[in-house]
Amino acid sequence: MSPTAYLVLATLLFTIGGVGVLIRRNALIAFMSVELMLNACNLAFVTFARLHGDINGQIMAFFVMVVAAAEVVVGLAIIVMIFRTRRSASVDDASLLKL
Amino acid sequence: MEHVEAATGVFEVTWLLILFPIIGAAVLLLGGRRLDRVAPTLGTLASTASFVVAVVLFATMLGRDDQERAVSLHLWDWFAVGGYEVSVGLLLDQLSMAFALLITGVGSVIHLYSIGYMADDERKRRFFGYLNLFVAAMLLLVLADDFLILFVGWEGVGLASYLLIGFWQHKDSAATAAKKAFVVNRVGDAGMVLALMSMFAVFGTTAFAGVFPAAAEASEGWLVTIGLLLLLGACGKSAQFPLQSWLLDAMEGPTPVSALIHAATMVTAGVYLVVRAADIYAGAPAAQTAVVIVGAITLLMGAIISCGKDDIKKALAGSTMSQIGYMMLAAGLGPAGYAFAIFHLLTHGFFKANLFLGAGSVMHGMNDEVDMRKYGGLRTAMPVTFLTFTLGYLAIIGIPPFAGFYSKDHIIEAAFGQNFFYGAVAVLGAGITAFYMTRVMLMTFFGAKRWARSADAHPHESPRVMTIPLWILGALSVVGGFGLFYLGSGIVGWLEPVTGEEHHELPLPVLAIQIITIAVVLAGAGIAWLVFGRRDIPETQPAGSFVTVAARRDLYGDAVNEAVFMRPGQYLTRSLVYAENKGLDAGVGGLAALIGGLSARIRRVQTGFVRSYALSMLAGAAAVVIAMLVVRL
Amino acid sequence: MTFPWLTTLIVLPALGAVLTALVPSGLPLVAKKVALGAGVVVAALAIVAGVQYVMDGSPVQFTEEYAWIEGFGVHWALGADGIRITMIVLAAVVTPIVLLAMWREADSEHRAAGPFFAMVLVLEAMVIGTFAAQDLLLFYILFEAMLIPMYFLIGMYGGPQRRYAAMKFLLYNLLGGLIMLAAVIGIYVEALRAGEGTFLLSDLIALDISEGTQRWLFLGFMFAFAIKAPLWPFHTWLPDAAAEATPSNAAYLSGIVDKAGTFGMIALCLPLFPDASREFAPYIVALAVVSILYGALLAIGQTDIKRLIAYTSISHFGFIVLGVFALTSQAGTGATLYMVNHGLATVALFAVAGFMISRRGSRLVSDYGGVQKPAPMLSNSLLFFGLAGLALPGLATFVSEFMVLVGTFSRYRAAAVIATVGVILAALYILILYQRTMTGPVREATAAFPDLRRRELLIVAPLAALILIIGIVPKPLIDVIDDGVQPVLDEVDEPDPEPILEGVNQ
Repeated sequence: MSPTAYLVLATLLFTIGGVGVLIRRNALIAFMSVELMLNACNLAFVTFARLHGDINGQIMAFFVMVVAAAEVVVGLAIIVMIFRTRRSASVDDASLLKL
Repeated sequence: MEHVEAATGVFEVTWLLILFPIIGAAVLLLGGRRLDRVAPTLGTLASTASFVVAVVLFATMLGRDDQERAVSLHLWDWFAVGGYEVSVGLLLDQLSMAFALLITGVGSVIHLYSIGYMADDERKRRFFGYLNLFVAAMLLLVLADDFLILFVGWEGVGLASYLLIGFWQHKDSAATAAKKAFVVNRVGDAGMVLALMSMFAVFGTTAFAGVFPAAAEASEGWLVTIGLLLLLGACGKSAQFPLQSWLLDAMEGPTPVSALIHAATMVTAGVYLVVRAADIYAGAPAAQTAVVIVGAITLLMGAIISCGKDDIKKALAGSTMSQIGYMMLAAGLGPAGYAFAIFHLLTHGFFKANLFLGAGSVMHGMNDEVDMRKYGGLRTAMPVTFLTFTLGYLAIIGIPPFAGFYSKDHIIEAAFGQNFFYGAVAVLGAGITAFYMTRVMLMTFFGAKRWARSADAHPHESPRVMTIPLWILGALSVVGGFGLFYLGSGIVGWLEPVTGEEHHELPLPVLAIQIITIAVVLAGAGIAWLVFGRRDIPETQPAGSFVTVAARRDLYGDAVNEAVFMRPGQYLTRSLVYAENKGLDAGVGGLAALIGGLSARIRRVQTGFVRSYALSMLAGAAAVVIAMLVVRL
Repeated sequence: MTFPWLTTLIVLPALGAVLTALVPSGLPLVAKKVALGAGVVVAALAIVAGVQYVMDGSPVQFTEEYAWIEGFGVHWALGADGIRITMIVLAAVVTPIVLLAMWREADSEHRAAGPFFAMVLVLEAMVIGTFAAQDLLLFYILFEAMLIPMYFLIGMYGGPQRRYAAMKFLLYNLLGGLIMLAAVIGIYVEALRAGEGTFLLSDLIALDISEGTQRWLFLGFMFAFAIKAPLWPFHTWLPDAAAEATPSNAAYLSGIVDKAGTFGMIALCLPLFPDASREFAPYIVALAVVSILYGALLAIGQTDIKRLIAYTSISHFGFIVLGVFALTSQAGTGATLYMVNHGLATVALFAVAGFMISRRGSRLVSDYGGVQKPAPMLSNSLLFFGLAGLALPGLATFVSEFMVLVGTFSRYRAAAVIATVGVILAALYILILYQRTMTGPVREATAAFPDLRRRELLIVAPLAALILIIGIVPKPLIDVIDDGVQPVLDEVDEPDPEPILEGVNQ
């Protein structure tokens, strides 16, 4: 099989995700963009696993999913808290950690 | 170096000499207020006890053979490191015996005098404590058998002198004078320390018993170095040129102090040092010449300064400088002069203490006035003081048969024996001495009663406790000269085992020298009478010739010190402090500020915007990828 | 098994510190008494240990050795030779005196007394450990750890500029310490190359390190020690730290803690790197001479009492370093004795300065004057310890200063001669200080000065007695020190110069 189509799709997805993280202010959108990037990576992993006949790539994809799920749980909770206290989900407003 | 035996019999307790005054000092200084009332008695007793010990030791020593008189006594080891061993020990020979008698004898008399003089001072306990401390330190100085131990006594007397000059600390002038004395002495002490270091480097020891026998083998260069360094130390302690400036200011101290420390004993320590180090000077003719020159310069300087002073104590202080100049000159002549230096030192101790105590008695009766222009005609008001002062006066100017005649005349003879020029300076000095002392006599005891113009002056004779010491010292001023010279084998014979003996051909017969000297002395006294005896003395200081002005200003000794050392020193200190704060420290501070500033700049990268962090991550990742690609290509 | 003296001497003050810190903050007096009690017990034990030191040719005594980190050859190894036991006893004896001197210093700051006193005890434990360590890494750890309590002591309890001073102190010493760490690792690597990786001093001294390597390692150690015992030009932290710390902390800092620096020079630098020591000695001697004069001149120019004393310390440290690197037995023994005497005299001077400041509330010399009249004992104390500072013969300091000078003169003539100028300058700075503060007419601000209180007498008296006794009978102490210095100098292998007239005294 030729991996080209899969890899192009993964690249496109990753780029969309990256641009989304960089330009969107809404935390939820940024979050979804991150997920998009992760899934782009997963797609690349699975593609190469299939290509090389190596199960490790698929295992790695599962890892990423688990981590992403955990991350979503924590991240969403933080976003909800921020939204509750500030009435906004804009990432630029939460800049209190800078000196 | 003489033959020294280990101490036996009564000499084994030689340390009692020092112990009594040390106990006195410790008890008085640590004893607290309870002892205030008994302090004068206690202090005097401690000193007298020491005198008694000295007399007993002297009598025992007299009973011994000429060559067996010197004894040494080991007390304890001080330290021993890598071949350098120093032990605390005493050396009692004819020379230190003479000093011990002078110190404890005159010291006790002055203690006695102080009972009266300091009667009204509320801090007299401390005063007597310091006096005892001085006596102890001075005894240690002359009894030590190691230059390092000698140095301990040397600094001890310096400390006592510092404490006593500044005794009236509430006066700024006293505190300043005390500090000056200590610091100027420290310059001399630095010379002593260097001499000690040189001795160790050359001989591997500083003990008399190690240094003196080996001195003959050392190179002349080293001996001259050590001799000059010792001379520097002697100059500091004995107020010799160029370290003379402190002695005149030291008169801020109570008068008994001036009599004991700054006339009779401590200031003569330099002479002792030179005489003691005879074996070193024997191989260092250049250093000897330096001693003579220093002595000659100071002899004239002191005499000239004394001529210009209206303060009776300062006039006497100038005279002290001058007289010690005589001793130095004699000591620089080598074995030909050592015995006479010590001889003059002893007689000077008698008559100068007498004169100072007399001056103190005058001040006591005149409400502590020191300006001779406010005295005049005191001979009727203070007959005892006048009479004893006159004895001292005749002794110091060297009228036969008073004490000073014998000692000074021999120095002049010895000086002529070495070099005509030395002799001429000594004779000239004798003439000036007669001039300034006659001036002091006339201004104080003769002429109009200038004090009568102020209402609160009631000159009166001092109490008995002060006049008895005057009588004692007055009597010694009369008999001290021929007594010491002719009794037994005489002072010269007594000291001979220590100092050696040497005679030079005189250019003139002895009698001629004596007649010339007496003629010069009478001329000096006569001129003084012409200037001060026949006319009234103005109560305010007249402008005076440039010599007088120079003499009043101590021949610009202070001005030179100020211009050469003090001002540049202050400038150096100030600029160093400035350099430290603005240079070195600012450099370090600047480095810290630079790092702080840099980090403040870099901190701005942390904007707090999550998206900008994401961007930089992306950029970083891209950079890594590109770098990998570039490397692979 | 013999009694573990040195471990006890380290553990006891640490324990005392824990106890002191545990006392509730409402009971400051109890905390102070616990701390003082611990200090006194340690001092007594140290003296007992010191008396047991025997001069029988086995210089390192009281040895203890337990493996600590076996993989790296690190040991809890302690032991004391003549130098070490002297320094240990000094630290232990001075600590309770300093504790007594700081009795009221925390009160005015409205800060808890417990931690204040506890930290000094912690410092004591570390200082004693530094002196006793026979393992290089142990030495290093304790040497560096001393910075922690000292940093807080300066930064929490001092004057208005204390934070600045504490930071400066920390940065300077940390810099030195880190460079020393590199050298410590370097010497470990050398040991590995030679066979077995170890930090035991006895093994390291036996190493045969090439001259080029020695040079770098020596400089690494020396840098840290030169900062600690401030040698010009690394000294500028000390005046700030001493001026801003409370008087007793300043006393402890320059009197005891800084001695770790000069101690390191003589007890580590010389035996570990004999070739490099010989090679660099002339340069360090030059720096020491500069320190002596520079410190003295700056002391003369100071207007702040505590800064003045700090600069005199710089001058005195110059003498100590001079003595160490003159590499003669007189100078080396003199330098070690100088450490003891300087410890006593400086602690005393700072303590007296503390008495004055507690009465007047000012550090400026110009705010005093005429104190002699209302408080004679106070002024006499300043004079006495001042005279000790200017090395008056008869007092302990003279013996050490003279030995340093004499020992230096036989090898470095010019250095000794220049250093002697410091003797004159010492008289100036001390007497100017005394004159300006104590003599002259009584001033309004000083007229009501109370004289020394009982607590203050308890501080002054033992120090004065020690200074006097060591001055008059220094031999027993010098013999013990010499017993420790001789092996060090043998290691350096530079025999004393013979007197020029060798053999005339036989």
